Amino acid sequence: MALLEVNGLEVYYGVIQALKGISFDVEQGEIIALIGANGAGKTTTLQTITGLIPAKAGTIIYEGRDITRLAGHKLVPMGIAHVPEGRRVFAQLSVLQNLKLGAYTRSDKNELEETLKVVYNRFPRLEERKNQLAGTLSGGEQQMLAMGRALMSHPKLIVMDEPSMGLSPIYVNEIFDIIQKINGDGVTVLLVEQNAKKALSIATRAYVLETGSIALSGDAGELMNNDQVKKAYLSE
Amino acid sequence: MSFLSYFINGISLGSIYAIIALGYTMVYGIAKMLNFAHGDIIMVGAFATFTVVSTNGGNPIVGILAAVLVCTVLGVTIERVAYRPLRGASPLAVLITAIGVSYLLQNVALLIFGSNSKQFTSVVNIPALKLADGQLSISGVTMVTIASCIVIMIVLTTFINKTKMGQAMLAVSEDKGAATLMGIDVNRTIAVTFAIGSALAAIAGVLLCSAYPSLTPYTGSMPGIKAFVAAVFGGIGSIPGAMIGGIILGVIENLSKAYISSQLSDAIVFSVLIIVLLVRPTGILGKTIHEKV
Repeated sequence: MALLEVNGLEVYYGVIQALKGISFDVEQGEIIALIGANGAGKTTTLQTITGLIPAKAGTIIYEGRDITRLAGHKLVPMGIAHVPEGRRVFAQLSVLQNLKLGAYTRSDKNELEETLKVVYNRFPRLEERKNQLAGTLSGGEQQMLAMGRALMSHPKLIVMDEPSMGLSPIYVNEIFDIIQKINGDGVTVLLVEQNAKKALSIATRAYVLETGSIALSGDAGELMNNDQVKKAYLSE
Repeated sequence: MSFLSYFINGISLGSIYAIIALGYTMVYGIAKMLNFAHGDIIMVGAFATFTVVSTNGGNPIVGILAAVLVCTVLGVTIERVAYRPLRGASPLAVLITAIGVSYLLQNVALLIFGSNSKQFTSVVNIPALKLADGQLSISGVTMVTIASCIVIMIVLTTFINKTKMGQAMLAVSEDKGAATLMGIDVNRTIAVTFAIGSALAAIAGVLLCSAYPSLTPYTGSMPGIKAFVAAVFGGIGSIPGAMIGGIILGVIENLSKAYISSQLSDAIVFSVLIIVLLVRPTGILGKTIHEKV
C-alpha cells in the first residue's frame, strides 16, 4: 500500500479548472518530484493534499484513510507536514517561536526538546539565530526555518513547495543536500520544483505536470534522459 | 492639585477605553475585521450586571461574573452565526454585518429594558482615597478601574507569550494559511479571541457604568467608537498600542473637558487622532506593513 495515493483529483478556481483529474502515488521512503512549468498545477496539487484548497472531485488516500475532505489542521497530527511556497515563516516571531509552532500539535515536552535538538543539529544556523525575528533572516535561512519548522511536527510525509526558489546557487545545493538527509532519516518527501534538473537528481520517481494533467511519469533517472523532458525542462 | 485629579480621572476613563480597545485590536489582529458590535457588548454586560445587582439585589461579584459569562457566550455566538459564514467574503460585507449586529443588540436591549435611562448601582464599595489633606480625592471606582486595567494587561501579555493558544493567536494573526499548516485550528483560535474580547468588554461595561451610572441601550456606542479610535491611535492590531492609545485618549478627553470646553472635548480627541494618523498612518505602535515579494 502506498503512503499517499491521489486518484482523479480535480480542482477549480471559480470556473477555471486547475487540476484535470490527476493521479499519482507516493511510496514510503521515496522522494517524489512533481515538475512542470509555471501554472501547471504543482502548487495547487500540494495545497489540495494538505487541505488548503478543496477538491472538486477525486480522492486523496493517506495511510489507507480518505483525507480528501479533512480540514488542513487535522493532517499535521497524522504526520503530514507542508513547507509552503515562499517559506511563509512567521516574520514577527522569533526563530524559536516559529519552531515551537511547528510542534503545535505535540504535547510531550521531553520529546519536543529531543526534536528541537535534532532540528538544531540539522540546521546549526537556526540555533545560532534562535532569538532573532524570523523576518530578519536571509532567504536561505528562512527556507531552513520553514523546513525545520515542518520537521518539528515529526512528520512521516513532508511536502515541499519550491524550496530552492529565489536562493543563491550555494544555498540551492545546501537545501537539496538537506532534503536528501531528511529523506535518509526515513521521512518520505513529495517535492515540487521549478529546478527540474536538481529535483530529478535527488528524486526516486517523478511526475511531469502540464496544464493540470500528468504528461509523463517514471523513474527520475529515466526522465532525466527523456528527450521531451530535456527539451522542455532541462534546457538542453 | 485639581490638575492631578483631572489627570488621574483621565487615566481611569482611559483605562476603560483601553480595556475595550483590547477587544477591538485583538479581533482585528486575528480575524482582520472591525467588529463594530463590540461597543454594544459593553452595554449587554452592563445590563447583565444591572439585572443581577440593581434589580434583584444580588452580590456585585455575581453580577460581574454574570456579565462576563453572558458577553463571552454572546461574543462567540455572534462570531459563529454572523461572521464565520463570511470568512473570505469582502471586508465590506463583514463590516456591514457587524453594523447590523450592533443595531440588533441595541434594539433587543430596547425591547427588553426600554429606552429610559437606568440607575446603575456601582459594584465598587471601596471608600475614596483622600490625599494631601483631603485636597486630592481618588474614588474607589477610579482606583479599581486603573488596577483592573493593569492586571488585564499583565494577564493578557502573559497569556499571549506563554501559552500555546496565545502563540497560535500570533501565528493566525500573521498568516492563517501557514497557521493551518502548523496544525492550528484557525476557526477555534478566532472563537477564543472573540471570547476574550467579549469578556473584556463585559468588565469594561461594568466599570464604565460604575463610574458613570446611567445605563441605556446606547450606552456602549460612544465608548465603543472612542475605544476604536484608541485602538487605531495606538496602532490597530497591537496590544500595548491599544493600552497606550486608550489611556492617552482618556487623559486628553478629561483635560480638554476641564480646561478647554466640555462640549468640544470629543472634537479635540478626534482632531488629535487625525493629526497622529497624518504623521504616523499606522498609529503610535503600529507595525509598518512590509510587502514581501
